[in-house]
Amino acid sequence: MAVADKLDAREFFFGHKACAGCGGSLAVRIALKVLGERAVATLPAGCMSAVGFNFPQLAFTNNAFISPFAATASVMTGLEAGLRRRGETDYHIVGFAGDGGTADIGLQALSGAIDRNDNIIYICYDNEAYMNTGIQKSGLTPLGARTTTTPGGSRSRKKDMSAIIDAHGIPYAATASVGYIDDYIRKVEKAASIKGTKYIHVLAPCPTGWGIATDETVEIAREAVDVGVWELKEYENGIWTTNIEPKNPDRVEEYYARQGRFRNTGRKTQNG
Amino acid sequence: MQSERLYPNPAEIPNSTAFKAGYLVTKNAGWRSVRPVIDAGKCVKCQQCYLYCPDGTISPEIAVDYDFCKGCGICAKACRLGAITMIPERGDADA
Ligand SMILES: Cc1ncc(C[n+]2csc(CCOP(=O)(O)OP(=O)(O)O)c2C)c(N)n1
Ligand code: SF4
Ligand code: SF4
Ligand code: SF4
Ligand SMILES: [Mg+2]
Repeated sequence: MAVADKLDAREFFFGHKACAGCGGSLAVRIALKVLGERAVATLPAGCMSAVGFNFPQLAFTNNAFISPFAATASVMTGLEAGLRRRGETDYHIVGFAGDGGTADIGLQALSGAIDRNDNIIYICYDNEAYMNTGIQKSGLTPLGARTTTTPGGSRSRKKDMSAIIDAHGIPYAATASVGYIDDYIRKVEKAASIKGTKYIHVLAPCPTGWGIATDETVEIAREAVDVGVWELKEYENGIWTTNIEPKNPDRVEEYYARQGRFRNTGRKTQNG
Repeated sequence: MQSERLYPNPAEIPNSTAFKAGYLVTKNAGWRSVRPVIDAGKCVKCQQCYLYCPDGTISPEIAVDYDFCKGCGICAKACRLGAITMIPERGDADA
C-alpha cells in the first residue's frame, strides 16, 4: 500500500497562519491525517496554537483545544478521562507541544502522565527554540545555535529528551523527522495502536528561526538524520532500536554551514 | 434534590473561546511571491508533493489550491521528476 493511502484524504489542519515552509505545521498536519477526525488535539501556547486558532479563523477541523503552556499533558489526561467516562471508545487524545513546551515548562505534566500511563499520544514538534515569542533558547536548542537570548551561540547542549522519557519506562517512544515522512507516519500509526502513554519527538525545522529558505525545511530535516545530528529510533519493551542509519556522517559541517543560526557565532557545535 | 450546577452550561461559554472547527474567513494566497505550477505531462502522481506540503494545499489527485498555497517551494523540491516549477506571482493573487 502506498504511504499516502494510509492517510485520511481530508485535511484537519488547513488555512493556518504558520510561516511558509513551517516544519511544525507539516508534523501536525500529517499526524492528524493518520489519526483521523476522532483525534482530539491539545495545543499549548506556542506556534501551532498561535497559527491554528486566530478567532474566528479556526484551522483545525477536528476537536482541538488550547492548553496553558505548562499543562499539555494534564489537559490530555483530563480529556481522556472525560471521554472514557462518557463511554466513548474510538478516539485518540493527541498533543502537539513545542520543544520549550515539552522539555522545559511542560515536563512535569508530561512526567506525571507517563507515570500514570494515561492513554495519550504526546507529540513534541521540535524547532529547537521558543519560536512563537521570537526565537529564545530552550532546553532543546543545540549547542552553538544563535537565538535572541544566545546571540553568541548557545553554550549548553540539547537536553536528551529520549533518556528523560525512557527513564519513566514508557510503553512506546520514538524520534522522527519531517524529512522522513514515511517513517513518521508509521510511528504515529504505531502509537495509535498501543494502549498507554506514547511519546513521539519529531524534528521540525523552522525557516524563520533557523535561517534557512522556506523550501529547505524538508531537506534540512532529512540532512539532520543523514549526517547523524538527529537519530531516528524507537523505544519498545525497554529497548531503543535505530530505524535509519546516518548515510553521510562526514558531511556534518555542511549541515551547520547552511543554517544562519550557526554562522559567525564563533561557538562550538555538538560536533566540534 | 438536584445539586447546584458547579460548571458553566456549554451554551453560556462565550463564542470567542469555543467556536466552530475549520471556520476560515481569510485566504493565504496573498502571502505568496512565487507559485507552484505542475506540468501534468511530467507528473506520475507519486504524491510526494502532497505528502510534504506543510499547508495541505496539494490534493491527493495533485491539484494545487491557490487560495491557500503560500508558495514555500517545498513541493517543487520534493518532486524528483522536476514536474513542479515555481514561477513569480504578478501581484494579482487574492489576500
Ligand atoms: C506560562 C506561560 N509562559 C510564557 C508564555 C509565553 N509563550 C507563549 S508561546 C512561547 C514559546 C513556545 O515555545 P515552544 O514550546 O518551543 O513552541 P514554538 O513556539 O517554538 O512552536 C512562550 C514563551 C505563555 N504563553 N505562558
Ligand atoms: S516561526 Fe517557525 S515554527 Fe513558528 S510558524 Fe513560523 S516557521 Fe513555524
Ligand atoms: S511529486 Fe511530482 S511527480 Fe509526484 S505527484 Fe507531485 S508533481 Fe507529480
Ligand atoms: S508551494 Fe508550499 S504551500 Fe504551496 S503547494 Fe507547494 S508545498 Fe504547498
Ligand atoms: Mg519551539
